[in-house]
This record gives sequence, structure tokens and C-alpha cells, in this order.
Amino acid sequence: MPAVIPDDCVGLVSPECIHFDHPLDLSCGRTLHSWDLMIETYGELNADRSNAILICHALSGHHHAAGYHSMEDRKPGWWDSAIGPGKAIDTNRFFVVSLNNLGGCHGSTGPISLNPDTGKPYGPDFPIMTVQDWVHSQALLADHLGIEQWAAVVGGSLGGMQALQWSISYPERLRHCVVIASAAKLSAQNIAFNEVARQAITKDPEFHDGHYYEHDTVPRTGLMLARMVGHITYLSDDGMREKFGRELRDGKLSFDFNPQFEVESYLQYQGERFSSSFDANTYLLMTKALDYFDPAGEQGDNLAAALAPAQCKYLVASFTTDWRFSPERSRELVDALVAAGKPVSYAEIDAPQGHDAFLIPIPRYMEVFSSYMNRIADALPTAKGETNDAR
Amino acid sequence: MRADLEIINEWIAPGSRVLDLGCGEGELLAHLTQEKGVNGYGLEIDHDNLTACIEKGVSVIEKDIDDGLASIGNDSFDTVVMTQALQSMHRPDLIVDEMLRIGRECIVTFPNFAHWRARGYLAFRGKMPVSKFLPYTWYNTPNIHFCTFKDFEQLCVDRNIQILDRTVVDHQHRHHWWIKLWPNMLGEIAIYRITR
Repeated sequence: MPAVIPDDCVGLVSPECIHFDHPLDLSCGRTLHSWDLMIETYGELNADRSNAILICHALSGHHHAAGYHSMEDRKPGWWDSAIGPGKAIDTNRFFVVSLNNLGGCHGSTGPISLNPDTGKPYGPDFPIMTVQDWVHSQALLADHLGIEQWAAVVGGSLGGMQALQWSISYPERLRHCVVIASAAKLSAQNIAFNEVARQAITKDPEFHDGHYYEHDTVPRTGLMLARMVGHITYLSDDGMREKFGRELRDGKLSFDFNPQFEVESYLQYQGERFSSSFDANTYLLMTKALDYFDPAGEQGDNLAAALAPAQCKYLVASFTTDWRFSPERSRELVDALVAAGKPVSYAEIDAPQGHDAFLIPIPRYMEVFSSYMNRIADALPTAKGETNDAR
Repeated sequence: MRADLEIINEWIAPGSRVLDLGCGEGELLAHLTQEKGVNGYGLEIDHDNLTACIEKGVSVIEKDIDDGLASIGNDSFDTVVMTQALQSMHRPDLIVDEMLRIGRECIVTFPNFAHWRARGYLAFRGKMPVSKFLPYTWYNTPNIHFCTFKDFEQLCVDRNIQILDRTVVDHQHRHHWWIKLWPNMLGEIAIYRITR
């Protein structure tokens, strides 16, 4: 809870629900005829609508990326460290759009929404969404907002995959693509972690084949286990050692199976908190979208060929201790972009925080990010219709 | 622009693909992009240099050249440039091989260790040369593989590398007529354009 809202924060914000009656054809072959997207916006759209930035969220993210909903909020939006006045994504210069993706559980149409055909929640019958489907829905959102071309599409992790897909699906609709702690496809190890998470959820007796809403229950244990596994992979070995070490909660071993090490109670706390605020069907769906993403797959595993249509410039960043989306995966993407002749800058940030680093305002990360975003802002037309760009 | 970059600039064709190994603050690439419309990338490990490149809008990739260039395909670039970094590589010979694999032509510049001032320093003081231009002492210098123009040209002969052009200048990259009389004694920096 902020006593006072800091100057570099967007302040109090309110989400907005946008309804679409435009049919959305999905990769799975099904169509969503009517759907809602929950969004938030920060900053002002300029006169020629050229300063819009789209923020794509990761696995458990949503539209609330920056600022506070009320003075009682415990924490600001999930990427408040990067979005705000004077921050890397400077809301004094950019108009920022953040949304909750379809299939989410924070207000956009998803498994907890009512299926108009049955009058009951979709539950497990909600179509499996792909990154392409999300990008398609985001393009319709851009149409609705009157944004012909994004100054940049920005995302970390699963959000970075969406940014990358944007550059392939709608090359003329973005000038810059910022892909942070992401990958052009998941590795087998990564899919394996997702499968453990899915098994934990679907094997929970309260799961009821995904129809748990009708039984007035939730697979809390499964979701908690899924999150605990995920959380381990978001931190680094060094980071965990530094944060928890082998510290004992009561200072001595209790010779039973209750949590004794600090790391055990931390993970349980995180898992429990998550399981009471997130929907299990959404979690399943989001992990599938991650697993399925592979733009090179349709091009005979030639990522450079898949990126050939792109017209934007790229910034790619990774973090040294991130083993869930390792620097190696980012380097593969950079190599393919170079092979395809696309402009790209790449920074490998030294950080002990693992995958979570992309949400943390690490000085060098913010320096690189700000420099890139400021360059975009400098090229925007000023009020007089001339560019600020010194060139 | 730095004088050596001026010379290099003349050797690069408009619209070509250029890779600058150890691109510093991206001065050459920014100039080539603006004036010649080249499609250029820099590789750099220094954090401040990397940020400076991004601020200029130069495509820069954080990478240690000593880790190799294996991820870059054969003939990916028209010109691969490396200014004043050859002598700091762990294996300059392998780097030159790699540069010639990924690029059609390469431009390499390095300081001449056989310059009379360096020879005199070693001959009369009996110590490793330290100068304003190369200010490091032997234990902390990044320049671990010094060579002379003759050494480099011998490497080119041994590896069947063709020298297309050579310009020899002083440490401020100025031409002097007298350098041409005895380049390996009088020249401080050489700029070579080589190909396979």
C-alpha cells in the first residue's frame, strides 16, 4: 500500500472492458464469436497515433501492468518497474496499452466466462489459445483503439513470444519489437516442466475434468504444486541460495515432514497465494500456448525464413542465470535475425535473479531498455510535426 | 570521424552487409548506415559501448569474439571489420580464418610492434614498450598477441590469404610519404583489406 504515489508511477488507474462481436477464427479450428478484452492504458495517444506501445503479458500476467487500482493495493501492477513517467517505457512520451489475453482469468473472455451456447462457464471447453490467436485478437484491439502501427510491441517470457509473433504476422503494424527473457520455441525440458504443472492440476481430485466450478470447488492443491514447480524454475540456484540458504524457520530440525527450511515455507506461501487468485483452466491453457509456440516449425525449422517477412527493428535481452528461458535461446533468436538481415540489438544482462530478473529494475537492464525506448521516442513527431531525431 | 574509420569507409560498398567486430561506440557503423545505407551489425562486450551503440540506433550484439563466430553462417557478410582488436584476441589466426569464412572481404587494423619507437624502447631500456598510444604494462595489457606488419603478412602467406590493400599510417592515422620508405620500421598502424 503506497502512503503516497511516487512521481515515477502512473498513479491510480482503472481497467476497461472492451467487447468484440468480430468473429475470431482460432488456430484450433474453432471460432469465438463474441469476446471481451480487459485492458488498461497509461499516457496519452499523440495526434498522429504513432506513440502507442503494446505490452504483452507472461504466463500469469494480466492487464494491470502499472500503477495502483486503489490506495489500499498491496503492490502496483506487475511491470511497474519499467512503465511510468521517466521509466524505460516512459508514459510521458508513450501511450501504453496492456491487456489480459483471451483465456485469462482477469476479466477477458476465458474458461471462467459463460459459454453463450450452454449458459454455463466454458471450463475445459474453452478453446486452446495459441500465441498467433492472441496476436490476432490484439490486432483487433489495435483496430478498435485506432492504432494503425505500434511504435513497439514489448513483452517478456511468453509476452516476448507474442511480440515476436507480431513481427511475423503483422510486419507493417509495428516499428519495434522488444523480446525479453524469451525464446522462439520451448525446449523439451521446458515443456517437461509445464507437463508436471498440468499433471499436478489435472490429477487433483477437485479438478473434476476441469468442471470444478459446477462442483463449487477449485483444484487448489494441484494449482499450488504447479506454481511451486514453476516458481523454482523462475529463480536461479544462486538466487535461492542467497535468499534462503538452508535457513530453518525455528532454528532446529523437527524430525517430521512439516516445512522447516525457509525455502519450503516460501514456496508453500507463494503456491497457496497463487492458487487462491488464479484459475486452473487458465493455467493449463497458458502452458499449452507456451508449448505450441514455434514459428520456425512451419518453415522446416528455419527460424530465419520464418522471420523473413518482418520489417521492424528488434531489441532482444536475456539474463545470465535464467535457465527457464536461457541466454542460449535468445542467442538463437538473435542469430536467426542476423541471418535474416533484420536490425537487432542484443544485451545479456548479468543478474542473479534467474527468469524473474525481467520484472526487476536491474540498473544495466533498465539502462539498455531505456536507451532503446528513448531512441524510439526521439524519432516520434513533435507537436510541430517535426521529428526530434537529431539526424 | 577517426582517421582509420575514414579510410575503411572508402573500402565499403554502399548497401553492403557489414559486421564490425569490437565496434566500440558504433561510430563506423552509424556513419556507414547513414551515408552508405549499409546493413550493419556490431559485436561488443563493453557495457558502456553497447549502450552508446543503442543510443545511436546501431544494431549491436553483446558477444565475446573470443568465444568464436560459429553461429554466423559462411559468407553472411560482404565485409567484416576489426579495428585495433586483433592483438587482444586469444587466437588471432583463428579469428582471421573465421572472419574470412563469414565475410567475402575483411578489413583488419592493428598496431605495429616493430615500429622504431617500440624497437628502441626494448633495445635500450630492456623493458616491454609502454607509450601514450599503447599505455599498458605487460601484466595488465589486453594486447596479448602483438605482431609486426611482416608477421601479419607472413600469416597471410601461410594461410593463402590475399592482401587486396594495405595502408600504413602513424598513431593518429595520418599518412606520411616517408612511412612508405620503410613501413615496418616507420609505420605505427596498418589497415589491411584481405580476402580468401
